[in-house]
Amino acid sequence: MKFSNLPYKKQQLVIIAAFSLIPVALLITFAYVPVMNMIQYSFTNWNGFSKNKEYVGLENYKMIFTRPEYFKVFTVSLYYFAATFFQMGIALYFATILSFNVKFKNLFKGILFFPYLLNGVAIGFMFLIFFRPEGTLDTVMQAIGLGNIIQLWLGNPDIINISLAGTSVWRYMGFNFIIFLGAISSISGEVFEASEIDGANRWHQFIYIILPSIKRIIQLNLILAISGAISAFEIPYIMTGGSNGSETFVIQTVSIAFKYGKVGLGSAMAVVLLLIVIIVTLIQKSAFKEEE
Amino acid sequence: MSLSSVLLVSSMFLAGCSDEKTSTDKGGEKEGEISGDITVITQRTDIVDTIFKDYASKFNEKYPEVNVSFEALTDYGGEITPRMNTKDYGDVLLIPTQVPIEDIPSFFEPLGDLAEMKDQYMGVEERAVDGKVYGIPIAITYTGIVYNKKVFESAGVSEIPKTFEQFTEVLQKVKDSTKAVPLYTNYAAGWPLTQWEGAVTTVAGDPDYYNIKMINEDDPFGKGKPHYEMYKLMYDVAEKGLIEKDPLTTDWETSKAMMGRGEIATMVLGSWAIEQIKSQADNPDDIGYMPFPTNADKVIFPLGADFQIGVNKNSESKEAAEAWVDWFINESNYSVEQAGGISASKSAELPEELKQYEEQGVEFSLLTPANDGQEGLLDKIDKESEVGFWLEDHKKEIVEAGIGNRKESFDDIADRLNKDWNKARAKIK
Repeated sequence: MKFSNLPYKKQQLVIIAAFSLIPVALLITFAYVPVMNMIQYSFTNWNGFSKNKEYVGLENYKMIFTRPEYFKVFTVSLYYFAATFFQMGIALYFATILSFNVKFKNLFKGILFFPYLLNGVAIGFMFLIFFRPEGTLDTVMQAIGLGNIIQLWLGNPDIINISLAGTSVWRYMGFNFIIFLGAISSISGEVFEASEIDGANRWHQFIYIILPSIKRIIQLNLILAISGAISAFEIPYIMTGGSNGSETFVIQTVSIAFKYGKVGLGSAMAVVLLLIVIIVTLIQKSAFKEEE
Repeated sequence: MSLSSVLLVSSMFLAGCSDEKTSTDKGGEKEGEISGDITVITQRTDIVDTIFKDYASKFNEKYPEVNVSFEALTDYGGEITPRMNTKDYGDVLLIPTQVPIEDIPSFFEPLGDLAEMKDQYMGVEERAVDGKVYGIPIAITYTGIVYNKKVFESAGVSEIPKTFEQFTEVLQKVKDSTKAVPLYTNYAAGWPLTQWEGAVTTVAGDPDYYNIKMINEDDPFGKGKPHYEMYKLMYDVAEKGLIEKDPLTTDWETSKAMMGRGEIATMVLGSWAIEQIKSQADNPDDIGYMPFPTNADKVIFPLGADFQIGVNKNSESKEAAEAWVDWFINESNYSVEQAGGISASKSAELPEELKQYEEQGVEFSLLTPANDGQEGLLDKIDKESEVGFWLEDHKKEIVEAGIGNRKESFDDIADRLNKDWNKARAKIK
């Protein structure tokens, strides 16, 4: 029997199955199976090497919730959370400006998106040099006469998280920017023309046309950014290794699992983090729904 | 033929005999007949394409039928451990410290009986399980302080400081009269802080302390105990501003060059670092090495094992792999030339540099291994309690407290560590 002789519905089904086979297989192998394993490990006291894993029930979870210092590190996430709004603000600002006619538009787009393409490790090292005493930042501040407010940008425990969150903004802003830009350019040009005829200025256009049109995208970015803030890892890990009060929940999880050989406990912490992210996302979703 | 060449030939003959004996012990085959392909995994990315290649050709002179290839890993512990969940982790490799000692037999081939091998090699007790040896240290290194003689001179220091007080005084002098950083902690890299741990035995003045006495103590971080005293010194120098200005942005590679240029007076490091720093110094003779200060009566240079080399349990050419291990330890001279230490083989002699200290009455001694029934216990308590004797986390906290970045005082941290230690100890016992 030839494929084309099959009824249309069946053909559709076969094609869908054939196309999704590989991605679904990849998804299962690299996302769902590891997560299932992780959940399974979280009920054991496995050390990461031993051939036998002893089942300990809820012991690991009990330990996490009876040790408040495990959750203290979430205060560090607040810095990244605050930085998120700053990051989205600048991204939106640039996306709006560059969606109008500006000279060297593509050059600016490239410059703004570029940091996102850089490797996180490279960025970490760059900013270590940037923040070092007599480093780039200090030199620039000296040059513009702000030499008297120079600080130990990473050495001061009150500033370190601001410096790190700033680095994070620099890195991820380009990603938000490009998504906003895409969304804005999908708004029909006629709408803008019509509003101009009605006498709207740029600010009016932003408030009454752009914002409402890309609301969904902003929500999506916000969800991504907030779960990113909760699970901040790469930049503080590379730059400070979590020292001097910059430790985040994920850094803590990694060191418990791999430095102290408590893969079971570490897995349980990862599961807790996963649950927190899911809950935060659900809260956000329902909050946005009520508005509509 | 002169007398010395006769001796040389006969000693080679003897060495050949003993080798033959060990190889017949192992597999009933004669050397030369050993064949196979082996992959040797090393942590030395810097010399894998140069010096290790030479090793391979020298090894092949003796074992022409063995094909040796190398693989070097940058982050050795981090990269090898995931691979050990498969069977493919080379034939000869270093035993990663992350593997709990009791689990070593499921990954490595026993190399011999501990009772026999401990007369022959130093440090084999450390990772032995049930009387079997699984690894031989690729080098034995010792811990002390690297210093720049020129900086000491220009600060007016003529004598090597021996006690804690003298040492702090010297650092203060360096701070007052030179531009050099008195003691560079390398806080940012983190791991150099763990080098201090090697000096605990010097502070204790007793090779039994670490594995035998401490394990039965309730408060290893109690006042007057070696750990307390040593890390108090770390705290004090940080508090007095005798360390680098911004510890968070330091860099290990740069620090070596800075020390070579005389911009750093002292660093606490294992002997393996001496060569690396000398190679970057304007004048290698400016770089000196001294024992860690101590208030104990006798000064000990504690010897400690570097990585241990072992054979993969799943290897298909175990004999060839064992031949490599034997050759690497006994004949390559890696330990002295490349690792800045001494050979694990007990028949090897102390290098010249250390003889001067021997003359001054400094003792070189290995830590006494744990008592029967307590092997591996320290490692277990260390991990369970998250005290991390050999990890940087709490050392970083001590430096942070010293420079005033933390609300905790040194005593608070010490108390906390004592508590964690005791809790874990009670749980494991």
